[in-house]
Parts: sequence; C-alpha cells; structure tokens
Amino acid sequence: MRPSTIQEIQELIREAPRVLPQGGLTKPGLSSPPEGFTSLDLSGLVGMKEYEPNEYTFTALAGTRILDLLPLLEEYNQYLPFDPLLVEEGATLGGTVASGLNGPGRYRYGGVRDFLMGVRFVDSSGEAVQSGGKVVKNSAGFDLPKFMVGSLGRFGVLAELSFKVFPKPEKFATLKLDFENIDLAMQALYKATASQLDLYSLELESTPAGYTFWVRLGGLTEAISKRVERVRGLFSDGELISDEAEEKIWRDWRELTWVPKGWWLVKIPITPAYIPQFERELAGQPILRRYSYGGQAAWLAMEAHPDHLQTLLDRHQLAGLVVWGDVSQPWIGARPKDTFLKRVKSALDPIGRFPEV
Amino acid sequence: MPDQTEFMMSLGKVIPADRLLTKPAQLAPYESDALTAYRVRPLAVVIAESQQDVIETVRLCDRYKIPFVARGSGTSLSGGSLPVESGIVIALNRLNRVVSIDAQQRIAVVETGIINMDISKAVSPYGLYFAPDPASNAICTIGGNLAYNSGGAHCLKYGMTSNHILAIKAVLPDGEVVNIGNESIEGVGPDVVGLFVGSEGLFGVALEITVRLLPKPESFRTLLAAYSSLEAAGDAVSLVVASGLLPGALEIMDYLIIQATEAAVHPNYPPDATSLVIVEMDGERTQVDAEFERAVEVIKESAPDVIRIAQNDADRMRIWKGRKSAFSAVGRLSPDYLVQDGVVPRSRLGEALKEIDRLSAKYNLRVANVFHAGDGNLHPLILYDGREKGAYDRGEELNGEILQMCIQFGGSITGEHGIGVEKRAYLPKMFSEQDIATMRRIRLAIDPHELSNPGKMFLPAETAIM
Repeated sequence: MRPSTIQEIQELIREAPRVLPQGGLTKPGLSSPPEGFTSLDLSGLVGMKEYEPNEYTFTALAGTRILDLLPLLEEYNQYLPFDPLLVEEGATLGGTVASGLNGPGRYRYGGVRDFLMGVRFVDSSGEAVQSGGKVVKNSAGFDLPKFMVGSLGRFGVLAELSFKVFPKPEKFATLKLDFENIDLAMQALYKATASQLDLYSLELESTPAGYTFWVRLGGLTEAISKRVERVRGLFSDGELISDEAEEKIWRDWRELTWVPKGWWLVKIPITPAYIPQFERELAGQPILRRYSYGGQAAWLAMEAHPDHLQTLLDRHQLAGLVVWGDVSQPWIGARPKDTFLKRVKSALDPIGRFPEV
Repeated sequence: MPDQTEFMMSLGKVIPADRLLTKPAQLAPYESDALTAYRVRPLAVVIAESQQDVIETVRLCDRYKIPFVARGSGTSLSGGSLPVESGIVIALNRLNRVVSIDAQQRIAVVETGIINMDISKAVSPYGLYFAPDPASNAICTIGGNLAYNSGGAHCLKYGMTSNHILAIKAVLPDGEVVNIGNESIEGVGPDVVGLFVGSEGLFGVALEITVRLLPKPESFRTLLAAYSSLEAAGDAVSLVVASGLLPGALEIMDYLIIQATEAAVHPNYPPDATSLVIVEMDGERTQVDAEFERAVEVIKESAPDVIRIAQNDADRMRIWKGRKSAFSAVGRLSPDYLVQDGVVPRSRLGEALKEIDRLSAKYNLRVANVFHAGDGNLHPLILYDGREKGAYDRGEELNGEILQMCIQFGGSITGEHGIGVEKRAYLPKMFSEQDIATMRRIRLAIDPHELSNPGKMFLPAETAIM
C-alpha cells in the first residue's frame, strides 16, 4: 500500500483491517508492523504544500523527506531547530513527528513538539481530521498536534503537518571538554545548565578514556568569538572547534553515525541526576552511551537485545524506546499504567485499526 | 435529575461548613470570571484546602452526576471558569503550596492554585524563573494557565504554558487520579501532557504540576518606537519578524491604549504617538547587545517618529508598566469592553489592523488595540457602554467579524485565552464537523457524563450535533 494523496489513504484505511503507517524506514524499531498488521507506506505522500518564508511557517505532506525540505528552507536561511535525526538516511516529516525524536538542537529552542503547529490525519474510520492550525500561536481546541508527537502511528495516519521554523544562526562554534570521570563531567554539565549563557547544544558522551562534553554555541557572527571566550571562562578550559570540522560533529550526531550498523539503539528520557547512576551500573558493559539535551535523555547502543536493560529501567521506574532493533513493540522498561492514554486511544481508534499502545 | 439534597449532605460530610459556601452573598463573587458579561450562580462553592478535598469532591460529583467547575483566580477572559447552574465550583486558591524545588534539575513541583508569579519568586534565589508570563501573572494561578495554555508577552521566544509543563497529577472526572508525563523534557509515548494542557478543564482537575524552570536572562535591552499610524506599527513588526531576529517580546499599543495607560500609570510615552511598538531582546549579554543593535537598525528602516532606547532598568520597567496595565486602564475609557485574542499571520498585521479600524467605524464602536504583535496575536478591546441599548449586541457582532477575519486570513480564533464559553459558537467556523466530532469523542472518553467544566469549548450537545 503506497498512497500518494490523502484521499487514497482514506480509501485504503477503509479497506484494510489493520495497518501501521511507515515513513522512510530509518527507525525500523518503531515502524515494523506487529503480527497481523500491514505496513502503510507513506513515502509516496510527498510535497511542500505551503511555505511562507516571511511568516516562518510551512505545511508539507507527511511522507516528504526532510532532506528534500531543507534546501527550500535554506534558501531563506531558515531551518528546523530541533535537528531532526537521520535526515540523510531519508527520515520523513511524518516519521519524525510520530517517533518524537529530536537531535542536539533540542536543548536551545525545544523539540518537535514545540515546532509542530497543526496536523491533518486520517483516523481509524478513514475520516480526515484537522487539529491545530497554521499560525505560530493558537489555542483553539484540543492540542492534538502535541499528542501526535511520539504517537508511533497508533492513533491515526499523519497526512499533513504544519511547522514553524526559525532563522538559522549565522555562526556556530563548539567547545570540546574532556573529563577523566563522571563526577567532573557532571560538574561541568550542571555549570552549563545553570548558566545564563545562551548555549545551543549540550551533549555528554562516554568514551574509552572517560567523558567528552560537547558545548555548542550559535548566533550572530559579530558576537560569537566573545561568547566562546565566556564559555571557556566558565569551564576554564575547552578545545575550540569551528567551521567544517564543527559542522561535521553535529551532522554525525544527527545521523547517529556513532552507532555501529546492526546494533540496537534505545532512548530513555531522564533528568541529569540519573546519569552518574547509569554510568555506575552500566560500567564495563559493551554499551555505547550518550546523554543529550543537557542530560535529559540517555541514548544506549548495544550489539545484543536490550533485554538486560529491563532491570535497570525497572529499578529507576524509567521507560525507554527501542529506535533500532527487531522488536514487536518498541517500548521497554517501566511504562506507567496510563488509563488516560488508553481512553484517548478508545476515542480515536475504537476498532483497533492501529497497533495497541 | 440528580439528587442535589443528598449530594449536598454527602459533600457536607467531606468539606467543613466554613469551606462549603451556599448562601447567595457567599456565591456572588464566584458567579463570573474576567468575562463579566456572563454570570451564573452555582449551587455551591467548595474551598479546597488539600488535594484530597478536590479528589473527594470530584468523586461525589461523579456519584451524583453533579457538574463541577474548577476555578483559580477567575481571570479567564473567555469565561473558562464560568459556573454552571445546578453545579458546584471547586475553588483552588488555597491549594498553593510549593511541593518541591530541585534547582539543579531545574524543576519545581507546585500545587495547582499557586499564583504564576509566586513560582518565579520561590525559585528566584536559585537564579531560576518560570517563563510564561500572562499579563495577569500577579494573580492568575498555574492551574488556570495549564487549563487554558496561557501565553503572555514573552511566549514569542519562550513558548506558551504548554512548553513549560513536564508532568501533571490530575483527578479525572470520574475520580481516578492519574500521573502523566515525567520530569524529563523528553518522553517516549504520545505527548499526553501536551494534550492535557489547554484542554480547558474538560479532562478533570490538575492537582500537582511539575514545571520546567529556566535560568533568569542575564540581560534585557528594550526599545520603544512611536508611529503615526497603527498600520505603520503593524508593518514595523512584520519587518522585525522577517529580519530573522527573535525578540523576547514584540508588542503593539494603539492611540486609545496610550491615552488610557498614560492617564492611569503615567509611563510617560512619547506625546502625540498614535501607536507604539515595544521590542525587547533578552538572554546572554554579548548576544543580546549584538541582536539589539540590529533590531534598532530594522526599526529605523520602518521610519518611526521617535525611537526611545531604555538606558537602565527603571526605563525598561516604565515602558512595560503601561503595557502591563493596559487592560485595567481601559476602564477609564469605557465602562465595559469585550476583548478578543484572535491570531493572524504576522506578515498581514498591518492589513488586519486596517480592517479592524474599518469595522470599528462600521459598528460605531471604539476599538483599542494592545497585543503580542510578534506572534500575530491580536487583542482588540471593543469598548461599549452596557447601559446603552443594543451596544453589547453590536459589540458581539463586531467581535464576530474580527474572528471571521482571523479565520479568513488563515489564523486562529484564539491565541491564548481559549474558547471558553465566549467563542464556542466560532469553533465550528474554524474546524469542520468531523474535526469537532473527534475532539468531542476524546472528551466523552475521558468524561462520559460531561461533568467537568461543561459548556466550555463546545456548544451544548444538542446544538452542536445540528
């Protein structure tokens, strides 16, 4: 099934008993259909429908690859500040919303939830439903656009999405700070999150030698070198990386090149306080670890099935999302018993057209 | 028909008499909120002092099928906390404790009745603040902000209430207590918190709220520019937006507002100004200084009559004093007013303001404009005298035409006040029958008997189905 219009999606939905929408297949852990479900391939539902550069908003069809959108935005020096992941691999706009995943830019300006303004989706009965709008501020009706962020195709087929965009910072610079142990790394991280300095991305990486803390700055050209000095002053250290080398670090991050092909990748929302505990408990295990957005999410990559994370997650009452890997359902860990969510599911998908939540 | 007597007896066993108001004189203050054109006397008011009070009250309401309206400080401009007849009001102002502050994780847990500004006060010693700042932030409560996804002058850069709520403990309309969200800014499932925020009290009552805190901005730079027409001010704002600068706040005030605030709080705005634009940059000093220099250049291009740059904090506070007191100052111009908060695309502000001017003349009613121009969020205040026969109806009609214009321009009927009772007739103009049916299905899945804040957002069922 590969519809290319919203109408075709509606017709297919009415005919197919059970489906799971699928975008660019860049996060297969999230889009593999459970048994009894058929994939609904949205890669044919493409195109920018409206782009208003002066307004800093656009509306595009859900199957559009972000890689195809970015050049249009770049023409006006605009971009999606939450740094969608796996762009070069072919991530689609719909898949980015449904997965609810963000790149390192999330720290400064917010995540996909903060930039999505409106959705048009096809519900379980085949009706096309609009929620939200096309202007940057709107509180009319329930905020279903936010609800669809992370919804993993379980509540409807995302068809058309309206976003706000931001002006792209003119200049970026990155400081690389190395630490021998987690305590020193955490001190630096807390210094950064408490600081009044306008920091763009804060990523912490566990390395064979210890820890690397990446601090990115973005803004006006005339201010950037002074700002770099202030950040250096804050940490009394830091190797400055700029231009292409700088860009590559963050491009690699967005494309998840640090995760070997074929490995499992799990994202776990946390607060920074969990990081030292994770590090203690996972030390010595063959798990690559990164902590994103100033310590608000852990990314764990491993060669084997992440079953063994279950104990860790249970102990801390945390839930995780299996982004890469062969799973029948993408959630692991302690998911809260969410009757609120179940009730919304019963309203939007009473017949179980889409997989369970 | 639910048995009110039995309900009241049961309620009396849970809530002590001094906090269960039933006498007409006691109920009067709860009959309306900031949308004063509407008044409804409730059956009773419960002054909740603990979360348990709220939970037990809601459970009794569920058992006897008595509708309830949760209320904070009653500052809703859309009638969001208007009582329902034969229903009760649950007053939440005393549920105002700061449960915990974790400065290092930049999180605070607060109870629903805490005043917005008190959150920032409580975390101020740690160099942190709560970013959403509705104009009423000295009195409005976080619970009300959450229910109506309130905005404010600084949401252009920092987002609305929804962007700052991490987790919610709430009692659903059938009395079940749920915890949604977590302490992280990230999640793994659908963004349930995002759906709950702005649901206008239709999903139950938030009891305890985990909010995200930000480090206080290091520096503010503020300017005031005066223009000889409102349209010119609108065009100036469009220029600033198009320049790619991201001001913390970008506001417009028109002639009537300038006169009213000048008389009320003497902010000493440029004399003879027909309209004013406020531009404020905030953040890291080095960056702000550079941005501000560019903002001044952009504003100069828009050919204002006067530019005033705040030289110090006192200057800045004076500029904001007028803006923040605008709504209350309007009382000097007119005994009554209706306020709208429709949104238009920011590139069409000048056009929209011109159209409002035309409508004002057509209906022979003065319209004062003061608003968050940077995000296209209009606030036309339609001035009328309630004692004049037909004036209110004329105002309502004018209101409707402005909302219609917002929809036609591709905008929204509300940016931050919500639908409430005031704009529910306009929701079907913005959304299709199918869209609204979907929202109603969600409402009914959460609240099958429609006990929680009924009559808000949607027209009563019998009219809505037509």
